[in-house]
Amino acid sequence: MIDSLRHLLRYRALIASLVARDLKARYRGSFLGFFWSFVNPLLLLLIYTFIFTTVVPSRGGSDETPFALFLFCGLLPWTWFSTALVESSSVLIAGGNLIRKVLFPAEVLPIVTVLSGLVHFCFGLPILAGFFVYFGTPVAPLDLLWLPLVVLVQLLLTLGLSLLISALTVHFRDLRDLVANLLTLWFWATPIVYALAQVPDRVRPIIGLNPFTHLVVAYRDALLTPGPFTSAPRLAVLAVAALGVFLFGYFVFDRLRDTLAEEV
Amino acid sequence: MRDGAEAMNAVEVRQVAKQYRRFGRRKSFGTLKSAFLSGSLFGSLQPKEVFHALRGVSVDIEQGRTFGVIGRNGSGKSTLLKLIAGIGKPTSGTVTVHGRVSALIELGAGFHPEISGRDNVYINGMMLGLSRRDIAARFDDIVRFAELEEFIDAPVKTYSSGMYMRLGFAVAINVDPDVLLVDEVLAVGDEAFTHKCLDKFADLRRRGKTIVLVTHSLDLVQRFCDEALWLDGGLARLHGDPKRVIDAYLLDVADSEARQLARAAGSGPRAVMPDHGTDLRTGELPDMSKAAEGRWGSREAEIVGVVLERPDGTPAQTFQSGDPVAIRLRVHAPRPLQDFVFGVGIFNAEGTCCYGTNTQIEGAEPGELSGDAEAVLHIDRLDLVDGTYKLDVAVHKQNGVPYDYHRLMHTFRVTSRVKDTGIYRPPHRWTFSGGVRVAGV
Repeated sequence: MIDSLRHLLRYRALIASLVARDLKARYRGSFLGFFWSFVNPLLLLLIYTFIFTTVVPSRGGSDETPFALFLFCGLLPWTWFSTALVESSSVLIAGGNLIRKVLFPAEVLPIVTVLSGLVHFCFGLPILAGFFVYFGTPVAPLDLLWLPLVVLVQLLLTLGLSLLISALTVHFRDLRDLVANLLTLWFWATPIVYALAQVPDRVRPIIGLNPFTHLVVAYRDALLTPGPFTSAPRLAVLAVAALGVFLFGYFVFDRLRDTLAEEV
Repeated sequence: MRDGAEAMNAVEVRQVAKQYRRFGRRKSFGTLKSAFLSGSLFGSLQPKEVFHALRGVSVDIEQGRTFGVIGRNGSGKSTLLKLIAGIGKPTSGTVTVHGRVSALIELGAGFHPEISGRDNVYINGMMLGLSRRDIAARFDDIVRFAELEEFIDAPVKTYSSGMYMRLGFAVAINVDPDVLLVDEVLAVGDEAFTHKCLDKFADLRRRGKTIVLVTHSLDLVQRFCDEALWLDGGLARLHGDPKRVIDAYLLDVADSEARQLARAAGSGPRAVMPDHGTDLRTGELPDMSKAAEGRWGSREAEIVGVVLERPDGTPAQTFQSGDPVAIRLRVHAPRPLQDFVFGVGIFNAEGTCCYGTNTQIEGAEPGELSGDAEAVLHIDRLDLVDGTYKLDVAVHKQNGVPYDYHRLMHTFRVTSRVKDTGIYRPPHRWTFSGGVRVAGV
């Protein structure tokens, strides 16, 4: 496994090129290419904002933080996470021809999927910044320094799950549908449209088991919540867990590696 | 690398077996639930049924050799190539490759249609193990070889399939491998491109690179390869001189085709048993689809050997059209016979009798046949078209009752540079007059 990881490092130029290719291919030939990637999150943003501020007013955002901003801070990382996992569940099967006929480490494919998602996430940050400007919400520059670290933890977690899902889906095709539905459940089990504080005490430990809960809280802490960054311990535990998920995902992928070319 | 008189092996394949799992229909679709029900997730990956693609193949390929692998579909050729390429691991045994490998298994696998040829060259090259700098250095060569100078910045989806393949080939071949693996890629593509590829192979050969070629084009193997391996049902059937291997393979293919035809006829509704007394006088033998190969007769005289010979007396099974050939029948008659006729019939793959004769038709009066004897039919020119042929040989009484009749038991092959058709090639030439100009005939 360590050998495989080291071997993978030699392919980083390929990974970079494939990510660039992904983006180029996605935006070539469509008029509003870049814009389309954000239509869906923005639409969700609009809908949830309307429902939770007008139809069933919720106190997700506090008085000084507008709900739309509160929501966007959770929605943007979630979009990256869920898109990456859904795509991972089909990336090896779609790239079957490559895996069967060209000798290169197959984990490149799910990794590229996750990294393309990361690039999109970064493209979304200026839009988020625009929201901050629009609402006139101040940002604490010191808290903002934590943001890359939070992103890194999410990257590890997403990579681990993505490797796990991509390799297993080759053997169990119904995992693809399972993942799509599980993600819907997962979305609502994460305090994205609501705040962790709103969750009743009985349920909170369950929501607390969800690693993405802590990611969203950390994102909000870095971006939105006034006062100093208090999520450092939370983030440290999460980082260890994410590393564990990554290593486990990579281990499973490595174990199944030789079967992939035969099964896709 | 060590210096020595002994040549280095570029590829060493030792007792390699490869089994593919064959999951049942149910297993490959509704799986996750059943996987959990039937035990652990990983337990269920244990194959219930396996397909043996290779069953213990050992072969060494010396550095600088061009090595052809032939065999029927499903004989394990492509599996062997993939194992050498490192795509997949053998179930047992080892594969060792010295040097950089490049596999032309599918050209342009991994090209993305939406992006330019240029970007695809870089990505494809990196997949094959080149660095960005390597590719930059070779980029012009690649584009020139692919003849795509004008189109290299257009998206690959606008390419014709020929352009697509040329680009794929150009990238793969410019990886500059020590061992090049080629799987049937030359079958696609136009003449000009095929020639270009062959030139490139020749160039690699000159530079001492090893080439492993999996192909159904026996012609290519015969012309290009130093060695050939015939795989049959996952086993190495024959390894050695290409011509010898190809001939043996062709004979085997012809044999099994005939067997299949015979079996098909046997199960058909009009299963007419061949008349065992049919003789060669009329040449009206039942066609091959009705008659099984076989042997019958009283054995008062026995044909103990049938040998096809070249003029110098060496036995052979493949002849050039127009070659002389001698068909030697070795006969043993335990008791002296006064009534005997020797006959020979030549049949093509469709079962048509191309020629049949015997000593009686030709007016030979039988004297006595006793002990060991030989009868040889000398054919001065075997003017048959390219194909596989079978022989009937017989010793029988003048009234047709056989002593020993060998039905379609002996096979030979006629090769020809000219691919004319029919059953008979008269010696011929073309002449022209008037307003016609012709070259090459």
